[in-house]
Amino acid sequence: MDPVIQIEGLCKDFRVGFWRRRTRVLHDLTLTVHRGEIFGYLGPNGAGKTTTLKLLTGLILPTAGSARLLGQDVRLVAAKQQIGFLPETPYFYDYLTGREFLDLCGRLFRLPTGVRRDRIARLLHLTALVEAADRQLRKYSKGMLQRLGLAQALINDPSLVILDEPMSGLDPLGRKAMRDIILGLKAEGRTIFFSSHILPDVEVLCDRVGILVGGRLRGVGRLDEILKTRTESVELILDRVSSDLAIVLRDLAQAPLLSQPDGVLVRLPDQERADQALRAALEAGARVVGVAPQRLTLEDHFLREVQGKTP
Amino acid sequence: MKIQAIALNTFREAVRDRILYSVLAFALLLIAASAILASLSIGQEGKIVKDLGLASSSLFGTFIAIFLGIGLVSKEIERRTIYAIIAKPIHRFQFLLGKYIGLVLTLLVTVGVMVLLVVGLAWAVDGHWTPGLLAAAGLDFLALMIVTAVAILFSTFSTPTLSAIFSLAVFVIGRLSGDLRWFAEQFAGAGLRRVIQVLYLILPDLSRFQIGSQVVHGLPLAPAGIAWAALYGAAYILVLLLLAIGIFQRRDFK
Repeated sequence: MDPVIQIEGLCKDFRVGFWRRRTRVLHDLTLTVHRGEIFGYLGPNGAGKTTTLKLLTGLILPTAGSARLLGQDVRLVAAKQQIGFLPETPYFYDYLTGREFLDLCGRLFRLPTGVRRDRIARLLHLTALVEAADRQLRKYSKGMLQRLGLAQALINDPSLVILDEPMSGLDPLGRKAMRDIILGLKAEGRTIFFSSHILPDVEVLCDRVGILVGGRLRGVGRLDEILKTRTESVELILDRVSSDLAIVLRDLAQAPLLSQPDGVLVRLPDQERADQALRAALEAGARVVGVAPQRLTLEDHFLREVQGKTP
Repeated sequence: MKIQAIALNTFREAVRDRILYSVLAFALLLIAASAILASLSIGQEGKIVKDLGLASSSLFGTFIAIFLGIGLVSKEIERRTIYAIIAKPIHRFQFLLGKYIGLVLTLLVTVGVMVLLVVGLAWAVDGHWTPGLLAAAGLDFLALMIVTAVAILFSTFSTPTLSAIFSLAVFVIGRLSGDLRWFAEQFAGAGLRRVIQVLYLILPDLSRFQIGSQVVHGLPLAPAGIAWAALYGAAYILVLLLLAIGIFQRRDFK
């Protein structure tokens, strides 16, 4: 597969405090992102996600190691020609209008006037900012700024889009729209690398994820492999449970039963016991209200990675 | 084109800021008031208008240069507006030069309006126009460009408040540096003289750019002196900008 982002042994130190002590915030990061995939870069706050993204876009300079975008070293300005970047909680020149800001961005890519005009019109439409286009950015809401941030990241028709927390500050409608746009970008053959801690969005979007904890990459994998459809437990909700049946169920569940408005909740540790419990329940004349297999979510996996192996 | 885009954006930021207009209005008012003051004197009207007018435009120009210059880079970093720009294919030196040229352009327009008023008033009072005024204003503008470069240099690594103090200090010492050198020659002991001489060499000698009094009093101007001052100014600006670029290239935008 064609690598779009190649990071090798990347380290970053910051000097902090009065004595300017060296602190390593990113440890020996090695990661490859392939063409056409959506890669989710996950981690708790302060894990070093934004630091990595800033290294990739030349905002900060690496202490050691290297990173290449589309085969070019990130320290070269030419590496940015095919990159689009949405910074975390975007701040833009508030005295400009949306259209003026996009025009400025287009000029920095040396886009000819005609191309700029067409592309700005298309991006304003894509991000639903047509009506606000000639308003100053100081009058934009947070969600509008986020959308404008996406528009400016796409002004150069990039083959790699790097998004730092694209869903932050968006309402449910805005998040849905952002998800649809990201999927649209993938359909157009672009590679997307984004950081997030909103896991349901990641689960819907990503082909692969990497989890960063304390500046160290904990694991990289295909989302479908991480979330193997292995059933972790099964929850049954039963009504009209006799006292005899309750004893059998408690035995199978190895836990007390929980009573709920619509019946009794039984949590069974595996599929085998769930089958037995269902059979017993039906024989005893109980009514099955619900059966819900509990699968491992990305959130469970994420919490295990973060909590289980913190250094 | 990239430097131009940044420069135009910097210019746009300045002209969309209401503070610039209040400062400009105040400066124009002061220059106009010099005409009233001039009418109180007998036979010196032209001199007073030119003297006060040039001084006002120089002072307010410096004021604008320092207070816009100190935020030129630090404000972009603080407000994180620089993130989206540096992530585009633009060299950091292009960004810095664009910011500098943008502010110089802003100064050219605002100081230009002030000087135009001075020239107009002087013409009205004298009944003829004084070409020397433009030479004086031009040379003073070069001094202003040095102050702007000083401000942007501090802006690349310091906070706006500290930058303002440093830039003002450099401006005041620079204006007095001619006296400083004279003082060193006259009184100071050998050790102190050396210190003052080194200081004189490092800090810009802004007194070189002050030919206003010659123009006001109708004394002849020395073209060679003006040419040397211009060359000195250009070289000094170049060194300041190179230093600023050197610092800016290595900065992390955290």
